[in-house]
Amino acid sequence: MLNTLFSGDFPRSRWLTGLLLLIAVALLLAPFLFPGSRPLDTAAKVCIFIVLVASYDLLLGYTGVVSFAHTVFFGMGAYGAAIALAKVGPGWGALLTGGALGVLSAMVLALLIALFSLRVRAIFFAMVTLAVASAFAILVSQLFHITGGEDGLSYSLPRELTPAFRLVQDKVFDVRIDGRLLTYYLVLTACAGLFLGLLRLVNSPFGRVLQAIRENEFRAEALGYRTVLYRTLASCIAAGVAALAGVMMAVWARYTGPETTLSMDIMVNILLMVVIGGMGTLYGAVVGATLFVLAQNYLQTLMAGLSSAVSGVPVLPNLFAPDRWLLWLGVLFILSVYFFPTGLVGRLRGTGSGR
Amino acid sequence: MSGSFESLLARLRGGDGARRSGLLLIVALMLLALAGVGSLPTWITLTLAGLAMGMMVFIMASGLTLVFGLMDVLNFGHGAFISLGAFVGVSVMAALGPWMESASLAVNLAAVLAGAIIGMVVTGLFGYVFERLVVMPVYGNHLKQILITMGGLIVVEQLIYVVWGPDAIPIPRPETLKGALTFGDVVLEKYRLLAVAVGLVIFATMTAVLTRTKIGLLVRAGVENSEMVESLGYPVTRLFIAVFIAGSALAGLGGVMWGLYEEVITAHMGMSVMVMVFIVVIIGGLGSVEGCFLGALLVGLMNNYVAYLAPKMALGSSILLMVVILMWRPEGLLPVAKGR
Repeated sequence: MLNTLFSGDFPRSRWLTGLLLLIAVALLLAPFLFPGSRPLDTAAKVCIFIVLVASYDLLLGYTGVVSFAHTVFFGMGAYGAAIALAKVGPGWGALLTGGALGVLSAMVLALLIALFSLRVRAIFFAMVTLAVASAFAILVSQLFHITGGEDGLSYSLPRELTPAFRLVQDKVFDVRIDGRLLTYYLVLTACAGLFLGLLRLVNSPFGRVLQAIRENEFRAEALGYRTVLYRTLASCIAAGVAALAGVMMAVWARYTGPETTLSMDIMVNILLMVVIGGMGTLYGAVVGATLFVLAQNYLQTLMAGLSSAVSGVPVLPNLFAPDRWLLWLGVLFILSVYFFPTGLVGRLRGTGSGR
Repeated sequence: MSGSFESLLARLRGGDGARRSGLLLIVALMLLALAGVGSLPTWITLTLAGLAMGMMVFIMASGLTLVFGLMDVLNFGHGAFISLGAFVGVSVMAALGPWMESASLAVNLAAVLAGAIIGMVVTGLFGYVFERLVVMPVYGNHLKQILITMGGLIVVEQLIYVVWGPDAIPIPRPETLKGALTFGDVVLEKYRLLAVAVGLVIFATMTAVLTRTKIGLLVRAGVENSEMVESLGYPVTRLFIAVFIAGSALAGLGGVMWGLYEEVITAHMGMSVMVMVFIVVIIGGLGSVEGCFLGALLVGLMNNYVAYLAPKMALGSSILLMVVILMWRPEGLLPVAKGR
């Protein structure tokens, strides 16, 4: 049963298993363990980013393709749902149709990009995707009558997902069972399903071919695998999953704008999460995304403290200003590419199995 | 004898034909735009603007393409040098405030020159540190290079915020370079003329160094086959570093020019210009300076024509251009023949 669920790919380390179990339990019981709207918001973002980062890891870690357009697909999913909800009105039909259209167009765009740029040198792909990403961000801000431009879109959700909706009249363990909670568990279930699906995918023969391409493209081709086809499929699947994560983001945040879905910052964050967690293993996405979202929400508070503690010294307060948290994560990123190329998961596995 | 041998080599590499088709493409684009715009004076103005933009992008892109050709390093951190150069240059020019406001062209140019030179020196030195500290440990691994240099870009951008503060800094052009010259209906912005002149000088110098000097010969040989150059006893590593420093300094110069062109600088400008730089480098063929020049002119002209005809399509048009050229020549206009 467990073997089927995890596709035979277990964490393979006592510490890692413990950490993953802790994260899973914390996410599962988040509304009851940490009451309040901010912790719940953090927990939902952790779920969504786990899926987004896992789908990116399928490209970067498993196939060895560097793409900077992942936020575009994330954004397409989010905007698909958001535009439908904002223009048609709050209903399940609008949400599902808009989301499906977003996912579909993300996959088509991924196919187009792959068709003309995976054929040429691999290093072009990184540059082409960077160009596409910035063009898409400009397009979204220019089509403001549809997308809301820089302000983004706010909309309401179907009634069952709003805080006003009560599933059960009484409180359970002091927590109101309202639409917000329902949304959280909807997001959590969908994320868990997608994550396990990706785990299934990377451990299938298809996933093995992707890893072979990463290790030695020439040899994979010599063995008779059409590497371009496999890479194209991988980037389409990654785009589709990213777009689904985008739909969930749109549902959870009830707002979609360039800042939350399309900006280069989000792309950089995804890169940081994959690398810090560990490339080439989906558990890395879980660990990386959890740590990063927690750091994003709580590191700034810490830095504000540090900044005021060194306020007498000339440059230091600026260096530790809460707005400069990305500086420190950037340094951490460079150091981890050098010293922990396998990320946290690789480290934990290394100590756990005694290698 | 050796002359015919060289021309044979050039023909084998497809250099001449590709060069001609690249130039033809530019001429075709200009004629097409003339038909589209319909008025000669507007067309001349737009062409000058496009050339100026192309020259500035060329200055920024040439270092990147050469570094890639020589060392097989794709430096995403190149954008950081652009921003850094702009900030240093602007600080120098702000310190020389009276020179910038003087009514004499010579004094104005001296201020810009001082800003540009100090900007180039600082970015050159910074490039050296960056190469030793960040890039050197990851030679030969593209994936890590992209990740590491991207990380470097983030860190440098944040450091600029730390030093110069998070706000955009406005930078007025020097007094005599403001405004435009008009001949009848033809409007020629003065600063754009300067940009074209600087770009041509840089391109000419670079071509001369690459084709007429021993160092240039070594660099070109290194691009084609660095192992062979090394086995002949030349210090390729030192050559690499020198090219990296020169490329960083050129990025700094490009940053100063671009900052004056936009009249405002932000720490993020390097990153946003990089998109155009990448498009240019891909169109030209990674590693080729001439291809980079052709690509920059194409993108600059295309951008300005389209911005006039259909303002919302400007960046989209560059990407479309890149797609079309990649379909036609997957390696870019003037690909570099690799001996490896």
